[in-house]
Amino acid sequence: MAVPNLFDIFFYIIFQGLPHTLLLTFLGLLGGFVLGIVLALMRVYGSKELQWIASGYEKVMRGIPILVLIYILLFGVPGLFFFIDLRLLPLFSVILALALRSAAYQSQIFRSAILSVNPGQLEAALSIGMSKLQAFRNIIFPQALRLAIPSWSNEYAVVIKDSSFAYGVGIVEITKASYDLGVGFHQLRIITLFVGAFFYLALTYPVTRIIGERQSKKLKNLGMGGG
Amino acid sequence: MLRIHNLYKSYDDLEVLKGISFELARQEVKVIFGPSGSGKSTLLRCINMLDPPDEGEIFLSGQNITASGINLNSVRTKIGMVFQHFNLFSHLKAVDNVSIGLRKVKKLPKEVAQKKALEALDRVRLKDWANHYPAQLSGGQQQRVGIARALAMEPEVILFDEPTSALDPELIGEVLQTMLDLAKSGTTMIVVTHEMGFARAVASEMIYIGDGVVEERGTPQHFFTSPNSDRVKRFLNQLNTLYGTHEQLLQTGDEENYK
Repeated sequence: MAVPNLFDIFFYIIFQGLPHTLLLTFLGLLGGFVLGIVLALMRVYGSKELQWIASGYEKVMRGIPILVLIYILLFGVPGLFFFIDLRLLPLFSVILALALRSAAYQSQIFRSAILSVNPGQLEAALSIGMSKLQAFRNIIFPQALRLAIPSWSNEYAVVIKDSSFAYGVGIVEITKASYDLGVGFHQLRIITLFVGAFFYLALTYPVTRIIGERQSKKLKNLGMGGG
Repeated sequence: MLRIHNLYKSYDDLEVLKGISFELARQEVKVIFGPSGSGKSTLLRCINMLDPPDEGEIFLSGQNITASGINLNSVRTKIGMVFQHFNLFSHLKAVDNVSIGLRKVKKLPKEVAQKKALEALDRVRLKDWANHYPAQLSGGQQQRVGIARALAMEPEVILFDEPTSALDPELIGEVLQTMLDLAKSGTTMIVVTHEMGFARAVASEMIYIGDGVVEERGTPQHFFTSPNSDRVKRFLNQLNTLYGTHEQLLQTGDEENYK
């Protein structure tokens, strides 16, 4: 194989690494979103027991390194995910690990977002005859989602970087692609890793910057959150 | 139309309402006043069952709404509420604040709800502001949207919980004017307020609540000429010194009060 130039490195990472990174991040965030909202609802509106379960879950998940979690899911209980094709099992474990962990953090994001919607608005919704569920769906939740966006864009930045731990179970995403490409060409490794790092930066900075800061401004203009 | 019988309400060890009873006829405007902490707001919150009373009964058009098994959501569509701090839905434009109840609770089609919401906004003279978000409106305008939101549901009675006490002085007039217009058009209202000028102009009866009981009741005429209790006298004097009576507003009572 000829020594790759910078152009080749970019293309290699885009075609070999980027798809998995995006897939892992997207599904990890999505799974974390769904489970995170359920956990947040348990903590805000649930019985004592449900609150206890949800907050216990958060504590456990925040205490386990993501790589350990991935290994536990993949090797910890043989046959646990018997319904998943063996070749897809590593990918599945990583997605699940990212989702389970992100859920713990997203739960906290949504919990504080729900709580920062002025409770007077709930009363106003009830006073025009809405049920509690209708009030939540039409008044509290839409505002909580908007309030959650700035913190949520940070969580995206965390998950996309955590997806790099997929290298530990042999999935070729940006990190492994940049590392592998450097293996055969020792003098190149420093460049390939920098290119890999550049991709993470390019994928996170604009999102946190544009979405996060823009939304914060928008929320301020709407007078939402904190009063 | 609304009959309140012997209401009691406590929070933990604090007894806030100690047996309050009164009746409200259709198209009547009742003003409730009294020192802070005397239970006025709690009384309103009991009447629309946001905080159900511990004891006592409330009958709305003959129906006992304090009975168990009552669908509170449908009861609340018949009792409008205007809040001290407006409590508008921040993520919705003025018109959507007003129409959302019509759409989600009364299940009206979107166009009908929109039309009715604009009519309600027109009654509080805010039609031109329909597409503004609450944060883009002044306090007085926000409160008028709050009034329109209650009005649009066509409730049998509207409760006002100190509707002007969170407003800057120069914005009070427009809200009082809106309320005067409503009162004159026959809206049944219970108003907790210290705006004695408003009370004098439209109240059919005033109720002074002190320490959770009805201490004195009577016409505005009675209160402003010969109140029985010394406490009431002193309280009215204090109000007069502090706030004045908005005499001017009530004498002109026209477009000038809307900016």
